Amino acid sequence: MSLTASRTELGADLALEMYRRMTLIRLFEEQANELYRSAKMPGLTHLYIGEEAIAVGVCSALRREDWITSTHRGHGHCLAKGAEVGRMFAELLGKEAGYCRGKGGSMHIADHENGNLGANAIVGGSTGIATGAAFSAKRRGTDQVAVCFFGEGALGQGLLYEVMNIASLWTLPVIYVCENNQYNEYTHYLEATAGEILARPRAFGIEAREVDGQDVRAVYGQTAELVERARGGGGPAFLLCNTYRYHGHHVGDVDRAYYRTKEEEDLWRSERDPLALHGTWLEEQRLATPETLKNTELEARAEIGAGLAFALEAPFPDPSEVTEDVYA
Amino acid sequence: MPELTFAQAVNQALAEELRRDDTVFVIGEDVAEAGTPFKVLAGLVDEFGPERVLDSPISEPGITGLGVGAAVTGMRPVVDIMFGDFLTLVMDQLANQAAKTHYMSGGKLKVPLTLRTTMGATRRSAAQHSQSLHAWVAHVPGLKVVLPSTPADAKGLLKTAIRDDNPVVFIEDKMDYAVKGEVPDGEYTIPFGVADVKREGEDVTIVATSSMVRVALAAAEQLETEGISAEVIDPRTLVPLDRDALIASAEKTGRAIVVDEGHQSYGASAELAAVIAERAFYSLDAPVRRLGAMDVPVPFSPPLEDETVPTPETVAAAARQLCGRT
Repeated sequence: MSLTASRTELGADLALEMYRRMTLIRLFEEQANELYRSAKMPGLTHLYIGEEAIAVGVCSALRREDWITSTHRGHGHCLAKGAEVGRMFAELLGKEAGYCRGKGGSMHIADHENGNLGANAIVGGSTGIATGAAFSAKRRGTDQVAVCFFGEGALGQGLLYEVMNIASLWTLPVIYVCENNQYNEYTHYLEATAGEILARPRAFGIEAREVDGQDVRAVYGQTAELVERARGGGGPAFLLCNTYRYHGHHVGDVDRAYYRTKEEEDLWRSERDPLALHGTWLEEQRLATPETLKNTELEARAEIGAGLAFALEAPFPDPSEVTEDVYA
Repeated sequence: MPELTFAQAVNQALAEELRRDDTVFVIGEDVAEAGTPFKVLAGLVDEFGPERVLDSPISEPGITGLGVGAAVTGMRPVVDIMFGDFLTLVMDQLANQAAKTHYMSGGKLKVPLTLRTTMGATRRSAAQHSQSLHAWVAHVPGLKVVLPSTPADAKGLLKTAIRDDNPVVFIEDKMDYAVKGEVPDGEYTIPFGVADVKREGEDVTIVATSSMVRVALAAAEQLETEGISAEVIDPRTLVPLDRDALIASAEKTGRAIVVDEGHQSYGASAELAAVIAERAFYSLDAPVRRLGAMDVPVPFSPPLEDETVPTPETVAAAARQLCGRT
């Protein structure tokens, strides 16, 4: 019922914008993979491809001043919250022009001006930070909300339960968004997760819902309701988004047969792709033609191309910067 | 100057900062009506209310993480971790999150968080409530580490900690809470990274931290009667460290002992001794000595526990040895 309501509220502009953002994330990640494969990027990175509808659906329901905390698989969250492609690529390459002046890299991009308190390379490590941001909003009397993105692997971390308990006790405006991409690194989540996932937040008295994480409109609709509820003093919520990670745990994880089948991957790509699903819906609703969608993709490609060129040409930080910003 | 206990001085510092800055709040287990088991925070909730002096669940990582999130979004949390032994529980939030956020974000995010906790043995509290783990946190770039030894220092340094834009670990020795000392009237702060000479002397430098300053001063009294003039110097903050003051004192006396209640091996005493050995080497008449806690878990039985920490007698004996008076 709530989905129907939110779908009718969803305007054409936002529906198209969500398609554009998902496309931008998909292309950004494909390019990040290419940077790894061509040995232009130091280190590894964790691709968000397949999960775009969650970041875009959730962040489309937020204001710029609302906060998010992100994960090691965080490029999608960053872009969905408003980060620029060029400065993100620059950070991935360790360049001075990057969001963290090259000191954070892929797993630590923070974009304070757009409310992104940072990606985090400790699984579940940002759950306390998001809860603290929500505490801060309530204490200072703003109506900001905080969204805590984490993968289902973080369900194994005790910190999550400590802060959900606190958030419920103190009615904090925080939304815990669990991206269940099915795999804790290389292990299926069912091998690592006892009982019902939603029973966990519900044990703390937290409003908990489940949504198809491949359906950007459904994610948006549910998040919009939970955000409105939190802003109005209704307290924390938990949104379980079922999704799939098309690529490996990281870009180097290419031989995956020992933990999942090619058939399973192909099925999600062909039947459950969030971009294809939303694109088809836009056409069915006559909000877009195949040509408009193609143009959206071409524009996104141009944005990615320009951002990449900027990052590749940008200088590395001077070695003297190594000791800067240890202390404020 | 009025005389206050160490606990009263800490309480006063918190009250003044809570009064001065609305973004300051205190969070911890039993910090409100109970005022902590040590009664250090007694009365704060009455003046500032449960919105600013918050009793939390027994969730040390949770409240530390909450503190980091509140700090990066504009508040100045003071997180109370009842026993220093529980630093083990909060290490991810402290070392991976609080300490690195400013650097990893290229200087954009700040974490003005104060984490107050305790240290010190001989309270008959056994192995999990008696450790002095300041070396663990001093080893992590991005954290500042404060070890006050007197009521006056505790007050001035805590006010500085709360106003600092970095995560500060402020460690109080439980055995010091009842110790009295003169505390200046009115508003004052003490800068970090400035050591304090607690007693001037000529023959041997005793670098001492936290409650070991009292131990060192007692040793110096004894040594005085034997004709040995000991200088007692307190770094007050391990990070940042006033290296120049330690080196200057060692160069003046030509002999140095470091006394610290952390375990001796790989501890703060090793770092302080190394600073002196590296830079004052050519002025030294003897090797630098270290006195730390024994490398054993803190035992419960009093005669065993008393063996584990430096005492005025062991410090004085080390000084005599360095001065060739064995």
